[in-house]
Amino acid sequence: MDNNLIYVYDGTYQGLLCCVFESFQKKEEPIRIITTQERQTSIFRTRYIETDPEKAARVSKSIPEKISKTANELVSLCFLTCLENKEKLILDFLRKGYRYKGKIVNMLTDDTVDKLTKSVRHLMKESHLIKGFVRFSVYENVLVSVIGPKNFILPLIKEHFCERYKNDIFTIYDEVHGCALVYKPYNSAIVPISEFVLDSPGTQEQNYRRLWREYYDAIAIQGRYNPKCRMSLMPKRYWDYMTEFQSETENRKLK
Amino acid sequence: MDIFEKLRILADAAKFDVACTSSGVDRTNKKGRNASGTAGIGSAVACGICHTFSADGRCVSLLKVLMTNSCIYDCKYCANRSSNDTKRVVFTPAELAEITINFYKRNYIEGLFLSSGVLKSPDYTCEQMIKSIEILRNEYNFRGYIHAKAIPGADHKLLDRLGLLADRMSVNIELPSQKSLETLAPDKSRNSVLTPMGYIRDKVKENRTDIVRYRHAPKFVPAGQSTQMIIGATAETDFQILTLTEALYNKYSLKRVFFSAYVPVADNPLLPVITSKPPLLREHRLYQADWLLRFYGFEAKELLDEQNNNFNEYVDPKCNWALNHLDMFPVDVNTAPPDMLLRVPGIGPTGAERIINARKSRSLDYQGLKKIGIVLKRAQYFIICKDTVISSLNISRDNIIRGLISERGYNEINQKILASQYEQLRLF
Repeated sequence: MDNNLIYVYDGTYQGLLCCVFESFQKKEEPIRIITTQERQTSIFRTRYIETDPEKAARVSKSIPEKISKTANELVSLCFLTCLENKEKLILDFLRKGYRYKGKIVNMLTDDTVDKLTKSVRHLMKESHLIKGFVRFSVYENVLVSVIGPKNFILPLIKEHFCERYKNDIFTIYDEVHGCALVYKPYNSAIVPISEFVLDSPGTQEQNYRRLWREYYDAIAIQGRYNPKCRMSLMPKRYWDYMTEFQSETENRKLK
Repeated sequence: MDIFEKLRILADAAKFDVACTSSGVDRTNKKGRNASGTAGIGSAVACGICHTFSADGRCVSLLKVLMTNSCIYDCKYCANRSSNDTKRVVFTPAELAEITINFYKRNYIEGLFLSSGVLKSPDYTCEQMIKSIEILRNEYNFRGYIHAKAIPGADHKLLDRLGLLADRMSVNIELPSQKSLETLAPDKSRNSVLTPMGYIRDKVKENRTDIVRYRHAPKFVPAGQSTQMIIGATAETDFQILTLTEALYNKYSLKRVFFSAYVPVADNPLLPVITSKPPLLREHRLYQADWLLRFYGFEAKELLDEQNNNFNEYVDPKCNWALNHLDMFPVDVNTAPPDMLLRVPGIGPTGAERIINARKSRSLDYQGLKKIGIVLKRAQYFIICKDTVISSLNISRDNIIRGLISERGYNEINQKILASQYEQLRLF
């Protein structure tokens, strides 16, 4: 077996499934799978794997059938995580999955399964937190928010926000992944965005921000001050995007 | 007065209410409810969502405010007592609804937690609260979470209306015994608290059968009811408090019982001195025990009794229980039934579930348990697994205690024992 091979794919989930197809068909084990953006000169041989919807569909059909629905869900979720080398991990997981079938998802002490489930847990946790930490600014009748999550969580929060603000128009811009969730009744889409510029907020918006800050400060009990507890429940990297941590003059991310 | 000051005062006055959870009900934003038939704003998620955490580390999920901080009662432990010289303000229902909807729109909050001092009479206060919530539900077509405090003494018809508008209701039991209530809250009695609580329980039960019969019957407090009590303002023991808590869960079907460490707000000879610190560790231990009741299958009488009636300062209630039942350990994680796994310190409901799943395919060793997320620091003394060497198991009580608590704590205990050489000091 060739041990010095790197697969390169286009960065889509379909593309990754084609890498899985290739690996099984050619009976070879790439040492890494990388996207075209990550591509760099190396001593290893690289091969570009063309994305073929037909091959992707065959793999995507076989995972729930031959392994299990849960495994299929885990794999597609893992693809959204910020885990390094998640592609290779997914390939390893599927290899084991085709061997052990549905049992694989319970083999929690296996290294591959352990890493994969932990990365998915991290993703789910972050997407849950972000549902609360998103802060919208109201411009005319449009709600706008900027977030900076580690994982690509937009697909996971989509349903929640579309349901909640069903009659509103809103955008959530993920500046880490350069993508935005845009919604207007009753359609939504996740689109790549390279630049995102916001006007200064109006008086009413500023007043509500101030009101919220006042509320935030008033609700804390001084006798129980516990910054460590707050920080572990709400890591500081989210603070930049939250109204209650911006002063009136300085707004880093909110504008 | 401007709205900023009003909100500051009424949020500040509400901050000692503990419950800020938005859990217990799933609701989508469908058409319906309002007359115009358009979809509204908002939804509710059963697991609840925290929107921020205040500087004291408590979750902020709801806009928690009082309708007013005026109050006809004079409860000694309360910052809003009538004898307290403080500025009094009142929200109008329209103001309150407008702030709520605007906060909600910006995703600051999950909904509203509305409580109130008693203005004029319990009925009048309750009517004002209903008005505010009606504006939210009917005019703004708000579908988010609402927690309303039942005002003791208000007419049952008003409670009925409030219950159909709110997701959760609560009646605060405030102090853990009738005697304490008599001393500190002369206008309240055990009955004035338990009557509305029982009424809400019965209405919920009645409503459940209605829903079975008529699918679209409006839901009465779908997220159930909760209560809270103040810890450390009066002389009750942990055992009394925990027994009461258990009774509230069993007899009143409460969803949650909250504890609030008493933060001194008044100088009164009947209360702890104003400079005393809130008993946070004690509150923490009670919450740990509360979890043991709700999710681990423990009963109050297993954790404490008349002789040992307060929780141990150094180890948590579960470890404490395990130390007193060493004959039941060690437990073999590869064969033990779920309820026994749950009794092991360092294994919780999630850990137990993972162990049960993982051991189907492979026999578990320490490495594997660590991966699964079992807290070996505590669990190691109470379990055996694949690579346990039986002879090296070191489960003398002293060794376990030394392993479980910090060195400082251990030294402290030893000093206490030294200081009282001549008397039997039983710390565990």
